[in-house]
Parts: sequence; C-alpha cells; structure tokens
Amino acid sequence: MATLEIRDLHVSVNVPSGETQEILRGVDLTVKQGETHAIMGPNGSGKSTLAYSIAGHPKYTVTSGEVLLDGEDVLAMKVDERARAGLFLAMQYPVEVPGVSVSNFLRTAATAIRGEAPKLRLWVKEMKEAMAELHMDPTFAERNVNEGFSGGEKKRHEILQLELLKPKIAILDETDSGLDVDALRVVSQGVNRVREAGTTGTLLITHYTRILRYIQPDYVHVFVGGRIVEEGGPELADRLEAEGYERYVAGAGPAVAAEAVVGESPAP
Amino acid sequence: MAEQNSPGGVTAGSIAVHERGVPLAGPGTGRKTPDARPPAIESRDVDDFAPVAGREEDWRFTPVKAIRGLLDGTAIADGDISIAWDAPDGVTITRVGADDKRIGSAALPADRAAAVALAKSEGALLISIPADLVVDKAITVSVKGSGGTAYGHLVIDVAHGARATVVLDHAGSGTFSAGVEAVVGDSAHLTLISLQDWEDGSTHLGQHSALVGRDASFKAAHVTLGGSVVRLTPRVRYSGPGGDAELLGLYFADEGQHLEHRTLIDHQAAHCKSRVTYKGALQGKSARTVWIGDVVIGAEAIGTDTYELNRNLLLSDGARADSVPNLEILTGEVIGAGHASTTGRFDDDQLFYLQSRGIPADDARRMVVRAFFAEVIQKIGLPDLEERLLAAVDAELAGASA
Repeated sequence: MATLEIRDLHVSVNVPSGETQEILRGVDLTVKQGETHAIMGPNGSGKSTLAYSIAGHPKYTVTSGEVLLDGEDVLAMKVDERARAGLFLAMQYPVEVPGVSVSNFLRTAATAIRGEAPKLRLWVKEMKEAMAELHMDPTFAERNVNEGFSGGEKKRHEILQLELLKPKIAILDETDSGLDVDALRVVSQGVNRVREAGTTGTLLITHYTRILRYIQPDYVHVFVGGRIVEEGGPELADRLEAEGYERYVAGAGPAVAAEAVVGESPAP
Repeated sequence: MAEQNSPGGVTAGSIAVHERGVPLAGPGTGRKTPDARPPAIESRDVDDFAPVAGREEDWRFTPVKAIRGLLDGTAIADGDISIAWDAPDGVTITRVGADDKRIGSAALPADRAAAVALAKSEGALLISIPADLVVDKAITVSVKGSGGTAYGHLVIDVAHGARATVVLDHAGSGTFSAGVEAVVGDSAHLTLISLQDWEDGSTHLGQHSALVGRDASFKAAHVTLGGSVVRLTPRVRYSGPGGDAELLGLYFADEGQHLEHRTLIDHQAAHCKSRVTYKGALQGKSARTVWIGDVVIGAEAIGTDTYELNRNLLLSDGARADSVPNLEILTGEVIGAGHASTTGRFDDDQLFYLQSRGIPADDARRMVVRAFFAEVIQKIGLPDLEERLLAAVDAELAGASA
C-alpha cells in the first residue's frame, strides 16, 4: 500500500531582502493510499508551501527532515521523477503554457507517467469520457494549456489530470478557491471518483470547510505557523467552521508574524 | 510564457496614419516626423549610399564592425563557395552576365551592402519558369561554403500563370553576401524557402526582393539557425492589383549569434494583401535577434489588407530580442492594417508545471519550443521540410543546453 511519510520537515524560502525565511517548522504527517486528509489553516500558515515542497518547486529549500514515498527518498528526486513516482499536485494557480494544446499536454503527461504512449484511439476515448464527466466541452482539448481559462476551467483541468494520471498520492492545493457552487460540486465529484477507486491517498489543502461538505475527510489537521497544531476526525472541521482559527493563531507566536512578510504568494 | 517586454526582449513600434491631405506630421504640422529615416534609395551604384557608420537607422542593430569589408567592398572574393542545383523538366537554370536585363528587374539594391554584393557578383544565376508551367518538385539551389568570401546574385523569373517552389539551402562556412530577386508574373505563384544553416563563424548578408504581379501570390520563408552574423532583408513590392504576399520567418539564436531580419512590404498597388509572421527563439548569453517589420501603404493602395506579427521566446537570461514593427499608412481606405509584437519568456513556473506532470525538463522545453514554432512551420506547407525543421529546432535546443 502506497504511503507518503513526511517527517520533521523544515522548509525555507528566499525573501526579496535576500534573507531566508523558515516557513515550515517541523511537519509530521503520514498519508496512506485510500485515505483522505484535510489540511486546514489560515492564510500564510504555510499550507501551500507544504504542497509545493513535496512536489519539488525550486523556490523552496528543504533544510531538514524527510519525505518518503513507499520508503523512497522523494527529496532526492527531480520534479518530474516525483510525478512519475506517483505524486500529483493540483495547483491553486495553474500555469499558462502558450502554444501547447491541452490534448498534447495531457497525452505527453500520460505517456511520461505510464511509461508508454497510450494507444491513440483508446486515449481519445478515455480523455473524452473524463472531460464529459467534468462537464468540459470537447473543444477544450484544443485550447492552449490554462491560457485564457476561467478560474473554474483551470480547476477542472487540474482534476481532469488527476483522473487521467491516477497518482498514488494527490495533493489538492486550495482546489475549492474561486469556484462557484456548481463548479465545486463537479470538481468534488471528480475527486471522489478518484478516492472511490481506493488507490489514491488524498491530501486536501483548504482554508474553508466548504469543500469538505462534498469531500468527506478521514482526518483533519490544523496547520498554523508552519506546523500541524491539532489533529482529529471530521468533527474537527466542524469546530473550525464554528470557531475559526483564532484560537490557534493566538498561540502560534512569532512564526506567524515572520511568515506574514513572505505571505502565501499567489504563484510560487 | 509571460507576454511582456521583459529584460532582454525589446519591443518598439509605430503606426503613422496620414489621411489624404491631412498630414499628421512633418513640416508645418508642429509634429515630429514619425519616421525619421532618410528617403529610401535604390541603386546599383555603391556610391549612392553613404558609408555606414553604424548609427544609421538601417544599421543601428547590426554589428557593422564584423561586416566592414562587405559594406565598403574591401572584402575580396577569395571564397570557395559551391553552388549546385537541379532543374526539374521545363525549368531553365543558367548563368547570365552582369548586363542581363533581368538583373534588377524586381528591385535594385536598397542598402550599401546589397549594392556592393551586386557590383561584385559578376552576373547572376537565373532560374526561369516558363508561362503556365506548374512545377511540382521543389527547385533546390544548394550553397555550400568552404571558407573565404563570396558574392552572388540569383534571379528567379516566374512567368505568368506558372507555379514553382525554390529552396535555397545555405550551409558550410564562409562570408556570403548575395542578393536574391524574384519576379512573380501575373497570376503566377512562387514559394521561396531560404535556409540559413551556416556553421559558426559564418556571415551572410542578403537582400531578398520580390515583385509580385497582378493576382499573383508569393510566399517566402526565411529559416535562420546557423551563422554568427546573418542579416537578411526580405522585401516585397506589387506590380499590379490583387497580389498576395506572405513572409514567414523562423530563427533560433544561440550564444554569440546575431540573427537579423528586416522585412519591408511596400503597398503601392490597390487591393493587395500581405502577411508577415516571424518567430524566434533565443538561448544563451549574448544571443541576439532583430526583427524590423516595415509596412508602407501608399496613397493609391486602397483596399490593402496587411498584418504583421513577430514573437520571440527567450529561453535563458542574457539574450536580447529587438522587435520593431513600423506601419505607415497614407490612405484611409484599407481593409486592415495591424501588427503585433511580443517577447515572452519560458520561465521556471512553466517548466515546473510541465515537470510536475512527469515530463522531463528537456522534453518540456522541446514541447514548448516546438509548439511555439509550429504555427510558422505549418504555414510553410512543405511536409518534407517540416520534419527537417522540427529536427533542426530540436538540435538547436539540445546543442544550446549541452
């Protein structure tokens, strides 16, 4: 069974002043295939940093700790090697790639992840079906990756990739942000289809509890000041809904103040 | 790709519109003349062109020191450049003397280097396609340098109603300054492909002029990949109404290369159409490209439809792309006249996004660059060439990142 283990992870980022700022301050988390974990925290708590660090974004420097996927050292892998090992990050702000069509991009990614090019005829069918389930118009495949996409289209495109690439571990970074109720339902259904297959462990990063009405987590972790400060079951999310993060933020100390300088940048 | 004038990409441009009788600029208007260039000179006589200092509008982007001998004529034609061709049935390819009337029939030299090249070329190679002949097979002229300097001149004469494709394939090493002119007869069509795949250290200058007849069409594609200094000036003029010209360009500059293309579409006849599409990629320190796109629409050129586009893709820091569209319109009765110029960057976030989907960095880069050039390559419309160009672009990428 695929397992992602994060142990005492510390991550820094260079800030414009030239100094380095520690954002993650000892994160411990284990996600197993078939499980769904929600990471909830206020803005600037380092949630996205956790997501991008696991995926390997060059902006972030891991200063100590480890990330293991089935015992393999993820931190020693290049970004593309991590993806091929079974990690997937659905981004909050997916990047435009002008000139590259969605269909070309998806097929290239599927070829890389699966280790061989999917047979064209089967692939077209697979892609069309996945797009239809996400209520995406077939012409979408001919558009350039994320170019001119609405917020909802970007998120659907991310979940489309999730469904086609079938990762062992999926990290969904603020997938609910910027979605109206209808789009949120469609996107959540996509995530639930992947969960129901039972072969993917899901790490759902969110500020709000809204998406948790559609995607029921097994575990909820409260993330403040660069670390997990409380863990529990789905009932913890209900409490956060009622009480907010104030209780945790007040006790988080200087970590929060320091991080406010860096912020949770829109596009790392 | 961030579409912005980021450091390294420089875009300037102007549209000057002068309606009949209402000068927007110039003496008496209180405005500066938008195009401060001296009146265009065309002549066979080298002395009609002032010596080039390097600050002139036409030369300010060019490393003139590196081509001094080609500008003042002191570069002796000591080169060993072989020119080979094959002529399909019905097509005549011959050498003609300097006094042949067809030389200069499309256009005369428009800058000093072109005048020097014509004066030194001792005649021309003439490709004649007789009236109404449709030549399916491409006519290939291979120019291969083995060092030294050479001058040359090529005239392509496509008689009325004929259709042909000419591929000029430049390779090897050396210094080559040569004019190309094409006369496209009424209702005729010519596709002219010029490939610059020179070895490092090579220099190539050339004025490539076309005179497009009534209801004729002309398509040119300039593909410049190799050479240390390449400066080409594709120019189009129309000899009657209804002409259609498409100028395509693809260039890829590595470290130390200066690749310059200056296009001119001179609309003086009515109801003609033109499209200019140039795309370039730059990789490596001091990689340098220049695209200047001049379009002039004369007072008589009513019903003109023109659009020019230049896009540059910066693949690394330290490269510089200059992109300057100039549109000068002397009539208000045009169908369309527009330009676009952007210089973008393949950035770390794009690379990260593609890599995060399992695509290795080299493949991701190749994917973006192939996609970037696909539009131009498809427009060239020669399947044989398409594969060769994609392979050449891949090789450029591989070479530059090695």
